[in-house]
Amino acid sequence: MNFRHVGADYKIVARTYFRNPVALFFSLFFPIILIALFGLIFSATGSGPVTVDVLNEDHNSPVSEAFLSALNNTTVVKVSLVSDTSVTPSNFAAWLGQNDLPVGLIVPAGFEKDYLNRTSTNLTVFTNPQDASVTGTVLGAVQGVANGFNLASACGGRVCSPVISYTSRNVGSQVYTYIDYLIPGLIGFAILTSPMFSMVDVASSYRKDGIFRELSLTPLTRAEWLLSRTTWYVGITFVTAGIMIGAGIFLFSAHVQLNLGILPFLVVGPFFFVSLGMLAGSVARTPESAALIGNIITFPMMFLSGTFFTVSSFPPALQAFAHILPLYYVIDGMNQVMLFANASRALLDLVIVLVGGIIVFVLAIRLFKWRDE
Amino acid sequence: MSAAIEVQGLVKRYGELAAVDGIDFTVSKGSVFSFLGPNGAGKTTTVEILEGLRRRSAGQVRVLDLDPWTDGAALHRRIGVIPQDFRFFEKITAKEAIEYYRALFGTHADPGELLANVELLDKIHARFDTLSGGQKQKLGLALALTNDPEICFLDEPTTGLDPHARRAIWAVIRNLKREGRTVFLTTHYLEEAELLADHVAIIHHGKIIASGSPAEIIREYGRPERITVVGPPDLAQYLESHVGLPTTTDNGRISIELADKRDALRILSAIDASGLPWESFETSQETLEDVFVRLVGQMDEGALKQETPT
Repeated sequence: MNFRHVGADYKIVARTYFRNPVALFFSLFFPIILIALFGLIFSATGSGPVTVDVLNEDHNSPVSEAFLSALNNTTVVKVSLVSDTSVTPSNFAAWLGQNDLPVGLIVPAGFEKDYLNRTSTNLTVFTNPQDASVTGTVLGAVQGVANGFNLASACGGRVCSPVISYTSRNVGSQVYTYIDYLIPGLIGFAILTSPMFSMVDVASSYRKDGIFRELSLTPLTRAEWLLSRTTWYVGITFVTAGIMIGAGIFLFSAHVQLNLGILPFLVVGPFFFVSLGMLAGSVARTPESAALIGNIITFPMMFLSGTFFTVSSFPPALQAFAHILPLYYVIDGMNQVMLFANASRALLDLVIVLVGGIIVFVLAIRLFKWRDE
Repeated sequence: MSAAIEVQGLVKRYGELAAVDGIDFTVSKGSVFSFLGPNGAGKTTTVEILEGLRRRSAGQVRVLDLDPWTDGAALHRRIGVIPQDFRFFEKITAKEAIEYYRALFGTHADPGELLANVELLDKIHARFDTLSGGQKQKLGLALALTNDPEICFLDEPTTGLDPHARRAIWAVIRNLKREGRTVFLTTHYLEEAELLADHVAIIHHGKIIASGSPAEIIREYGRPERITVVGPPDLAQYLESHVGLPTTTDNGRISIELADKRDALRILSAIDASGLPWESFETSQETLEDVFVRLVGQMDEGALKQETPT
């Protein structure tokens, strides 16, 4: 590996890039447009019952069980009791975030006693602001069941204050808005699209134009060439991530944690997708088929990896599909670092992306030929 | 002169088809070797094998005493290549392109000097996508010289260029030879080969059908030199009976094939002695192009006859 070669090729990429207004626009301004667009006109869709993870601190009292059963009977939500004994009301929100669970409910200790004594008792509902429709559905269901219980306990026809009320909070360890969730998703979007679209095009058009043939006659090696491209896209990703975080903070007052833990994802992510783009471009015979292969790989990942909508809001089949997409692990890892401070899961995500990246890199180097047999 | 390139029994097959079918040739160091052939004859395949870009099916190939396929990296440091229709990164200037190659090869080539050599100094800051076809080829030539190569492979370097640009490339090729470099030139233009090459090999259907200096090929395969006199039919009869050489007449142009150079003097004496009027005379010889067209044509006709026996 000759780093002088890598540096020389890096200069060529940088100059080509900065002299191409379209590339510049897509890398530097498009992220801001995306953040603004999704931040301003967010809408989400959802159907079917929403699973609500319930932490019942009133330990299976008949009234709390009746309440949860009534909630289940609304058919719009499905109650799932938390069996993990390490979960407490204080770490429940973080636990939901770390486990990708969109909705949670805490039934407080003394719920039955308070209800029967007609003393005020307060439920806590946790939702993910990225799922506006889910949030609305769950809050509506909880409100409806609580109203029913309040009516049943009404003071003999007299008007009295409702017994059961609820507080709505966000999943995660602090209060987040949709934009907070959107930032890691859109950084993932940039990590995917910039290298994939560009490398697929470069791999096929350089071969067609004979530029690889010319490079093969120089001492530049394929690994040096790929390293130069990877380094470039890592740099672009850093700039894009900076722009997105900056735009999120200044335009929408986002509360992301600026944690150094995000950096490995900004390196390993582009490494994976530069290699994957190169692989896709190498197996295609023409620039047209390369673009098609690139799109087939890129588009599902663009929308189903948690870029714009959290994966936990998908139907189960789509969720299973999302888990085979490499970008899911990049975005999930950044979510764990920037929102949920879950280092162990972030590390696991990172290892998955790194191992996958190494496999794809090796395959790309093997299939990407400077010269013909 | 020792050999820069040695090829023996070179074969390249694509399935059943032999694109190159057992060819042998040697290129001396410091010479200009021109490889000629019609489209699809096997020229580019051969050149790419010599450059280490394609693997041969059989035979021996040594370029600067290296095997181009297995010693490609070492060979590429010592050769310069300009492919047909040279393409490069579109947004990069001529100067930046040379600086890039200079960094890859680890040389100290001066972009200004290299571009001046190929008459492209005025375009030193022009981006590749703004250059004309001829200017792009010149930049390709300058890039091929960045590593101070011992052999330059030029694959149809003047195809599609205007006559002025073509002559500029010829000047560069002559200069390469003066500098002691070996030039391996493939071309469609026979005139180019005749003007520039020390040695020519003609390849057709994957086989070499003629080889030698342009003069040797013309001598061996060309028709004899002729003298043509413009004069009356009487003069034609006079010359045929007095000189005794095959004579043809076409529209007042009397054409006589020379068996020997001295025949020209005998014919001139006979014209003078005839006392008949004449207007002009000229000597002419077949060009490499005439020979090439005839040789290739004869081979194709022969192949056709073999395929359709009567």
